[in-house]
Amino acid sequence: MQYLLTGLTVGAIYALVALGFSIIFNASHVINFAQGEFVMIGGMATVSFTAMGLPYLLAIPLAIVAAALIGLALEKFAVEPARNASVITLIIITIGASIFLRGLAMVIWDKRFHALKPFTGDTPIAIAGATILPQSLWVLGVTLVIVLTLSWFFGRTLLGKAMLATSHNRLAAQLVGINVRMVLFLSFGLSAALGAVAGILIAPITTTSYDVGVMLGLKGFAAAILGGLGSGVGAVVGGLALGIVETMSAGYLSSAYKDAIAFVIILVVLFFMPSGLFGKRGGDRV
Amino acid sequence: MISGTMLARLASPRTGGLLGLAAVIALLPLALTNTYFYDIAVLVGLNAIVCIGLNLLIGYAGQISLGHAGFFGLGAYGSAILASRYGWPPLAAMLATTVAVAALAFVVGRPILRLKGHYLAMATLGLGIIIYMVIATEDKYTGGPDGIAVVPFSIGGFVLQGERVWYWVVGALLLLAAWLALNLIESPAGRALRALHSSEVGAEVVGINAAEHKLMVFVISAVFACVAGSLGAHYSGFITPGKAAFLHSIELVTMVVFGGMASTFGAVVGAAVLTTLPQLLAAFEDYEMMVFGAVMMGTMIFLPRGVVPSLARLLATRRDATADGEGNGV
Repeated sequence: MQYLLTGLTVGAIYALVALGFSIIFNASHVINFAQGEFVMIGGMATVSFTAMGLPYLLAIPLAIVAAALIGLALEKFAVEPARNASVITLIIITIGASIFLRGLAMVIWDKRFHALKPFTGDTPIAIAGATILPQSLWVLGVTLVIVLTLSWFFGRTLLGKAMLATSHNRLAAQLVGINVRMVLFLSFGLSAALGAVAGILIAPITTTSYDVGVMLGLKGFAAAILGGLGSGVGAVVGGLALGIVETMSAGYLSSAYKDAIAFVIILVVLFFMPSGLFGKRGGDRV
Repeated sequence: MISGTMLARLASPRTGGLLGLAAVIALLPLALTNTYFYDIAVLVGLNAIVCIGLNLLIGYAGQISLGHAGFFGLGAYGSAILASRYGWPPLAAMLATTVAVAALAFVVGRPILRLKGHYLAMATLGLGIIIYMVIATEDKYTGGPDGIAVVPFSIGGFVLQGERVWYWVVGALLLLAAWLALNLIESPAGRALRALHSSEVGAEVVGINAAEHKLMVFVISAVFACVAGSLGAHYSGFITPGKAAFLHSIELVTMVVFGGMASTFGAVVGAAVLTTLPQLLAAFEDYEMMVFGAVMMGTMIFLPRGVVPSLARLLATRRDATADGEGNGV
């Protein structure tokens, strides 16, 4: 039960990062390897803003906006100019961007670990023989709200539907008057904001530093792949599953190999379901 | 114009290119005025060998791998453990490691290569990370994160030592690797690879066994990486798990794409530039990482096909204004 709760908390963070991957993938078929850096920026920026004396209510929105602006800049100056390049070229561009952002963070901040105060106290709450930190409840609650908001956004609003339409068929979406470039632009901002939220939520539990984005980015990517790229449900389920498997194997098998076990399971799933759990099973066009 | 024709010849395949590469390797020592330069040249050569193999997989067969540092690391640690801990002769240790890595690539390659695009990227990335974690965790054998010392390479009493000796050995192996790769590309198997790059279904329709060919080139690229890893371990005398880490895999892929995909000499150029770049950037100290990332982004945005094909293409269009612009370097 304890492992399940911890796993869900970690999994919720992975799910948020994975959603960011999925949104950008849907809009552009690009895998944005800089996604993890937005997580880092969210956490680190909040640390800085609170150090300036700002309350959480101001610091957190500011950090999210900062990350979103960087996301938009990334799209405008790095992805947009290379939109006709091959997939692997785009992967390298986003990896270059992530190295650049990490280097920038190292210069602006430093190489030390920073802790963020929990939003509401740090007295553990006992639930059914296990304990849970109030911050974990924040993580789970906020993730739930975000998932619900996103499903409302994609299902009910014009802009959300335009983004969905673009993901299904870019050309057709353009033909019915959707500004697909704008969709691509916005998707980066939205993903960056999601990443930043994840980074802020997890910072009080695990602390944050300039290179925290590497592993979180990889795990988010793994979660998105596990669930099936481009599937919102898949990203959430993939994230939660990954988080639970990881903490369970750390608890029952070997804590040194917890990351490795997560990847072994992903490989096994991919062997049997080459498009992930909820991925589209498209045929090959000749 | 003189440099123009030279570059064009460099970009031309087989004999011309191999002679050019041999000439560069033979003449380079004139510019290498101290052992530090030799040291960098050896590292460039080793990375170039890995990149030539990786380029067969990425550039020709069109299959991405984000885990090749894993094979490099296995080669390095295989040699280190067998030769240093168990006292095997280094050559025997290297051969045994290479056979084992080839077998591993053969076994895992079959299911992994069924995946496509980003899923393949994920699977190879996962494979690399698993290898890295095993190396970093099994400290009884590997020394864990602290690394492990490796004995120098020796054959029958003759010990390979010193940057200059290594330079010629690695130079010769680099030539051999380039020759093997070019031969493979020009063979029917190479044509099959290019066919399945453009369309896997199309290739199968004309009777090419796509799975077999992909597996073959995956194993070959793993062997190239493994041999370079073994040699690198003996050369530097000390290795850490960082050699097998995700970031090293990324560096290798970047070298291939930077130099130009589907260009064997591009892979060599990419390895040369990206191995020396961090040495030059060391002057930037804290800003090193930022500059490296910016260079990576900049080249890919402005030269999306990589340096060598882009230059070859530029020259082709310059020389002949009516050229159709299909000048895709080999």
